Amino acid sequence: MKDQRLETRVDTQTIKIEARKAQVYYGTNHAIKDVDVDIMDKTVTAFIGPSGCGKSTFLRCLNRMNDTIPSCRVEGSITLEGESIYDPRVDPVQLRARIGMVFQKPNPFPKSIYDNVAYGPKIHGLTRNKAELDAIVESCLRKAALWNEVKDRLQAPGTGLSGGQQQRLCIARAITTSPEVLLMDEPCSALDPIATAQVEELIDELRSQFSVVIVTHSMQQAARVSQRTAFFHLGNLVEFGETGQIFTNPKDPRTESYISGRIG
Amino acid sequence: MSLGLLLLVLLALAVAGYVIGRRKAVAQVEGDIRKLHSLPPFYGRITALLTAVPAFFLIAAWLLAQPLFLETKALNLINPAELPAGKSAELVMADVRRVAAGLDMLAARGQDVTPLLASPTALKAALNTAGVVLETEPTPSTLAATAALRSSGDTSRLAMTIAALVLALAGLAFGLSRIKPEYRARNATEQFAMWLLMASSLIAVLTTVGIVASLLFESIHFFRLYPASEFFFSTVWKPQFGGGSQLGILPLLWGTLYVSVIALVVAVPIGLMSAIYLAEYASRSTRAWVKPAIEILAGIPTIVYGLFALVTVGPLLRDYFASPLGLGNSSSSVMTAGLVMGIMVIPFVSSLSDDIINAVPQSLRDGSLGLGATPSETIKQVVIPAALPGIVGAVLLAASRAIGETMIVVMGAGAAAQLSMNPFEAMTTVTVKIVSQLTGDTEFASPETLVAFALGLTLFCLTLALNIVALVIVRKYREQYE
Repeated sequence: MKDQRLETRVDTQTIKIEARKAQVYYGTNHAIKDVDVDIMDKTVTAFIGPSGCGKSTFLRCLNRMNDTIPSCRVEGSITLEGESIYDPRVDPVQLRARIGMVFQKPNPFPKSIYDNVAYGPKIHGLTRNKAELDAIVESCLRKAALWNEVKDRLQAPGTGLSGGQQQRLCIARAITTSPEVLLMDEPCSALDPIATAQVEELIDELRSQFSVVIVTHSMQQAARVSQRTAFFHLGNLVEFGETGQIFTNPKDPRTESYISGRIG
Repeated sequence: MSLGLLLLVLLALAVAGYVIGRRKAVAQVEGDIRKLHSLPPFYGRITALLTAVPAFFLIAAWLLAQPLFLETKALNLINPAELPAGKSAELVMADVRRVAAGLDMLAARGQDVTPLLASPTALKAALNTAGVVLETEPTPSTLAATAALRSSGDTSRLAMTIAALVLALAGLAFGLSRIKPEYRARNATEQFAMWLLMASSLIAVLTTVGIVASLLFESIHFFRLYPASEFFFSTVWKPQFGGGSQLGILPLLWGTLYVSVIALVVAVPIGLMSAIYLAEYASRSTRAWVKPAIEILAGIPTIVYGLFALVTVGPLLRDYFASPLGLGNSSSSVMTAGLVMGIMVIPFVSSLSDDIINAVPQSLRDGSLGLGATPSETIKQVVIPAALPGIVGAVLLAASRAIGETMIVVMGAGAAAQLSMNPFEAMTTVTVKIVSQLTGDTEFASPETLVAFALGLTLFCLTLALNIVALVIVRKYREQYE
């Protein structure tokens, strides 16, 4: 595993995902308007903004999860390493193995902890035998900082863990397929402060291997974990830049109002 | 006073109680309702409830208990020496009841019935013209019993009317006496409503208990006349009303289970797959008309399914499968009944499973799809395992429905009790035999009729066990997502 990681390590300034003039419609409702975003490799990008501003919607465009909503329509161009992800030749199922996702609420499957983590490798046929599968399960649980807590009860149901453990289990599950990008939709909103701190620490560690995109309601969290921040408001991308610059010296007055608590 | 009139009077008293109670409350505070604990209608309501409800309950209880008391009284008057050969006192009581009803009818027409009581011949003739046909002339003791039944019936009715009215008036007075500005009428109404709701649920429970008890008593009666070991372990079902019957339940249980299993083999895959289609793949507009269309199947009367089995499916199976394969040439077969019954229970499986699959949180599907699973992998590996306990519950409910089905079996599988593996053979089930043992003019004393209760009790235990298992599984499933 380590060798593979070294091989795939590239310059941190490579653009992983590039969105240009992205539009999203729910029926007649124009939810995302003209969004241009570059997601850098090995970087944590935070999407912030008030509720209903479209940040989760945009996140779900990046791995085509919006395909599961019948009335949803996406226009504009979104590319992963230069290839359009909405090209008809792209299989959304394969795409989602390359761009993993962690959801707002922990959603472990009603299976054992082991089977939860082994789910991705099993359906994609990533392993040749049980030993390899065991190795992937262990390394992913270790990366998700959960191994020590669950190593003695891998066959216990995943739904029996605490909220924070469940969310780390979901993160472990999401990284088993070695995705290139990890999308996180408010991963800490259902967690207590201690579990939140653990997950944030984890995000920072994951940055060395993946590009991470995180949607968050908490500006402190965005400031703590991200290197780049995008501020969405009413379906528009208002401002996108270095996290430090967005929080200390915003260019747009709307960003300034939001981070100082006047809108939102 | 007739019952309807009595109820009307009680209702009028209740309305009066409402108006008076409300007025009294308002008058006590001289129109300033802010000084009352509750709004004025509550004072009226509690008075009306106290007036009407206890009296209604008294009437209901009286009407239930009255026949029991009166009949034992009349039964004692019947002279055992006068009983015709082969007739028990209970059977004579049926005559007594009919004569009494006939006399009441004549009296209601304004005829003088006193001379009729003196002459049995005239009485029989008069009753014949009134539409009550008696086999023989009533004996003197029957007449005495009839007269006693009628007179004590009248007395009892009068006593009930008086008691109900007194109780209603007492309730009214009690309700009015309690009205004071600080009386918490609102809370009292609430309390009263709770007791009423509790009584309603008690009726359902007591009815179940009553049904089980009656089954149980008659079954015990049956097992006194017929050995239980024979009933449960004999493989021959051959009732003979002359006596010497062989009443083994095994062929019937076998038929029941065989038909139900075939029905489930048909219904479970079809129902489950259509549920998966509806819940996971169908668009909203498709679902909007497909789901009700499937549920229409559940609304078709079973006798119509029976006709379908008798006229279409049975001959079809015989001509194209059973005869060519040399498996028999009966158009009634287990297969016919099983197939048609399977179609009947499809909506039970599909509709319940559809609801259960829909109840699986969307987040689980998202999680699986987000890992790059296809929809069918998601359904097989995540959605169905999550919904499985509920689906098992749905299947068990469908099974208990199939086990209790009668009409389709009579028309599709025939009425011949036998133990056979051949699905194209005519067989029959427990329910069908219950019907055939009880139809016709038979008395409830021989094992041939009483066996119906033992059969019913066995069936009840079977479906009860299935329902309990289903409930336990469904409950376990609910706990998982809360």
